[in-house]
Amino acid sequence: MSSERLKILTANADIPGIETFEVYRKHGGYTAVEKAVKTMTPDAVVEEVKKSGVRGRGGAGFPMGMKWSFLAKPEGVPRYLVCNGDESEPGTFKDHWLMKTIPHLLIEGMIVSSFALGANTSYIYVRGELMYVVKILEKAIAEAKAAGFLGKNILGSGYDLELYVQPGGGAYICGEETALLESLEGKRGNPRNKPPFPAVKGLYQCPTVVNNVESISTTPWIVNNGGEAYAAVGIGRSTGTKLISASGHLKKPGVYEIPLGITVNEFIYSDEWCGGIRDGHHLKAVVAGGSSVPILPAALLLKTANGEDRLMTYESLADGGFATGTMLGSGGFIAMDETSCIVRNTWNFSRFYHHESCGQCSPCREGTGWMEKVLHRIEHGHGSMHDIDLLVDVSKKIEGNTICPLGDAAAWPVASAIRHFRDEFEWHIKFPQEATRPGAVYRGHMELA
Amino acid sequence: MITEKPRIQFTPERLERAREILTHYPEGKQKSALLPLLHLIQEQEGWTSPEAMDYIADFLGIKPIEVYEVATFYTMYHLEPVGKHVIEYCRTGPCMIMGGEEVYAHLKKKIGADDGETSPDNLFTIKPVECLAACGWGPCFQIREKYYTHLTIEKVDEIIDELKK
Ligand SMILES: Cc1cc2nc3c(=O)[nH]c(=O)nc-3n(C[C@H](O)[C@H](O)[C@H](O)COP(=O)(O)O)c2cc1C
Ligand code: SF4
Repeated sequence: MSSERLKILTANADIPGIETFEVYRKHGGYTAVEKAVKTMTPDAVVEEVKKSGVRGRGGAGFPMGMKWSFLAKPEGVPRYLVCNGDESEPGTFKDHWLMKTIPHLLIEGMIVSSFALGANTSYIYVRGELMYVVKILEKAIAEAKAAGFLGKNILGSGYDLELYVQPGGGAYICGEETALLESLEGKRGNPRNKPPFPAVKGLYQCPTVVNNVESISTTPWIVNNGGEAYAAVGIGRSTGTKLISASGHLKKPGVYEIPLGITVNEFIYSDEWCGGIRDGHHLKAVVAGGSSVPILPAALLLKTANGEDRLMTYESLADGGFATGTMLGSGGFIAMDETSCIVRNTWNFSRFYHHESCGQCSPCREGTGWMEKVLHRIEHGHGSMHDIDLLVDVSKKIEGNTICPLGDAAAWPVASAIRHFRDEFEWHIKFPQEATRPGAVYRGHMELA
Repeated sequence: MITEKPRIQFTPERLERAREILTHYPEGKQKSALLPLLHLIQEQEGWTSPEAMDYIADFLGIKPIEVYEVATFYTMYHLEPVGKHVIEYCRTGPCMIMGGEEVYAHLKKKIGADDGETSPDNLFTIKPVECLAACGWGPCFQIREKYYTHLTIEKVDEIIDELKK
């Protein structure tokens, strides 16, 4: 079966030496650059990306072609393309894998996309912890440049492009696109107030497009095969394929390229993908799209509240809204079996958001601190029933009241954990001695899968 | 008696690299080089001392406070001296549920240092960090640029014993 699947990003990932220009080129690499700069206009490339329906893979799922068409083009002002390789959302490691495995795919995508947008200088911002990946990308850029695919007058087309890799300094918030731009300007990563949006005032106050690593990496295939061919894969508005970062208690964690539209059940249990839950254990809960999205108990993950099979698409995962659904997000799929403590995990995530809040807005700065503190005391056997309501209250006060979406991202995991696992929180409060025994996990649970 | 500290400056190779980095940005936007240059000086000096920050401020022609406020915002810059190997372990959910807590407890016991501390032999500093984007390969830690993944207690023993040699 697996050999028949269309792989848009990873078809050549297993070829030895694919990280080198020579091997990448031999397997059809950089043909999209040739096709674009020699036979297409920039607008024609934008048109194909629009037709593909590809949605931003960084988490928000905004249609990439539409974003590109918003880019302001005032005369005499440079435009920038900035690739977001900050990847710091817990559960997500696909961009890391893609950049280190097939670096030239991103470089080729950056050239094609920069050409489409009329950018002559572009940056790939990579989280600083991935310094070894920065070096892999820099090597790939040097190789592409030596072969005439970067620099002045690319392939004799008259189009110039310089491409640079910029390391971050360690801060999740720099994944937020305006914080990323601040960081790239050599400042603290404080998100900017919007509007103005980056499409109008971005890097150095110039029009800028920010796209995720995976989003940009789809563009060579789209240029080669056409936007319609891309849109033919997937279901409805979830077109194409998506990289899923699978982690947790699965037989085969890893990065998988799935056609959007397979069932969640198939993704977890089929040998083609994760191969099921580790031996002797059962699925309890899943965070399906990175730490920011609502956690779901196994039953609600596999089937919607209406009893339909849940699909790996933006729409199906969101079915039921926050009451019974979640989000595809960045595709960070964290599977937890019955040995996982939901309270401990929620506390862990709260600590993450508290640690990563940039501190500009008081609801986020103070609220994430409160949530961490209250969750810590419930987990450690000092909670009261009132604390559960307090958490819900704090999460509501953060949501929607902040400059950037980190506040929401911190609130949702807490609110959803309480929504679906309230009995487990109550157990920690009613039976603190039992709950704080090393290795103790709440067993009186709802259905496992 | 006041002894003059040796002035910090880039080694010749790093100076060349630093000058190359400055060319990445448009004229007048050289402050953009701040994060990469801080990495470069920390790689050389082991940590980001006040003198190192002042040197970078000087190098970029910006005020020292512009460097301090940035260096203190990001987690990767060590603002205090560290041991020879800084072990940055991922404490976030996906690594935790894969047994991270036990593995890291063993690690700390083995090297004799707790979170934020340096071992008595000055070889290791322990730093808990948030998600390292290696969730499917956890538990994991990082030492300088190298990732160590799929950690177990046995694997930690091997890695530490090797580094002690
Ligand atoms: C707190 C926060 C962290 C984010 N982290 C990332 C990230 O690591 N990588 C990423 O591509 N997008 C991240 N985003 C989304 C970006 O703001 C932006 O929407 C995205 O880079 C746009 O690219 P796309 O449309 O191709 O997805 C983050 C957003 C927020 C609010
Ligand atoms: S929501 Fe949080 S992270 Fe975002 S700008 Fe406000 S304080 Fe900073």
